[in-house]
Amino acid sequence: MELAISIIVGFMILGAIYAIHARDILSAVIAGGIVGYSLVICFLLLKAPDLAIVQIVVETITLIIMVAVVLDSSRVEAYGKFDRPAWVTAGTAVLILAILFWFLKEASAPLAPFGENSMRMADAYVNGAVEKTGSINLVTGVVFDFRGYDTLGEATVLVTAVLGVLTILRIKGKR
Amino acid sequence: MEGMTVIVKKTTQLIAGIIFLYGIYIILHGHLTPGGGFAGGVILAGSFILLILAFGSDFLNLIREERGSTLYENLAILVFLLLALTGLLAGGKIFFANWLPHGTPGELVSAGFLPLYNIFIGIEVAASILTIFLALVIFKEEILK
Repeated sequence: MELAISIIVGFMILGAIYAIHARDILSAVIAGGIVGYSLVICFLLLKAPDLAIVQIVVETITLIIMVAVVLDSSRVEAYGKFDRPAWVTAGTAVLILAILFWFLKEASAPLAPFGENSMRMADAYVNGAVEKTGSINLVTGVVFDFRGYDTLGEATVLVTAVLGVLTILRIKGKR
Repeated sequence: MEGMTVIVKKTTQLIAGIIFLYGIYIILHGHLTPGGGFAGGVILAGSFILLILAFGSDFLNLIREERGSTLYENLAILVFLLLALTGLLAGGKIFFANWLPHGTPGELVSAGFLPLYNIFIGIEVAASILTIFLALVIFKEEILK
């Protein structure tokens, strides 16, 4: 199973690299779809059907919207001219990466070593969930009962996204 | 936006209702089988998007639809928040407390608040994705005028 997932992940990396370098934006969008649909197969192989259902439907709807937008606007990518020399950009990127890695190393030092004590929380969830929540589907029990705050946050993110779209795409109010 | 050919329209007529029912099934059985509010809500929105894509934008009154979907989205998240707040008032004085009787695990009506949370999250997700799609379609129609 590791071999199959490795092959699919390699395929996803190829699709992502092609999506960056494609001249035609439509083929870049389709190559981005490769990443999403490969992720569905990964979820099914890792026995996560809840995530697979969400991912395949969201990927399809997103692809439809993106293809419609690309077909209605331009298929040619607009290349801009950068007046900064290349070594300034590369140097800034390397500097920011170094600072981020230093903060990551400092922040992860007091944590438990990798791979130890990781099952402490999962044991309580897996063994006592049916008695505590009454739900057979463990994922729903965790999402809506143990981690209810997370779900509230996700729903709020969706509402905020809709508010942003409605604010940007309103024509009458701009005049 | 114009509609598609007769074949697509006929197939959509046959399929859209079944997709809608499948979404409702995924939402209602969220605490028993894989799925839940998020997956079922996106499937519900997909059936409406299929109708609009196949029949064109003259088939529905888009502005009225958008007004309704915005209203239902905000009402659903409000009811979800109020249901979570009832745990603070009754039961164990905990936010998101599941104080309804749990019933027999495996029955359709069981697990206390979880089916209600699933239903309202499903309405919220379906209405928000449909609102984003309708906003894009209305934007294009007004640009073309």
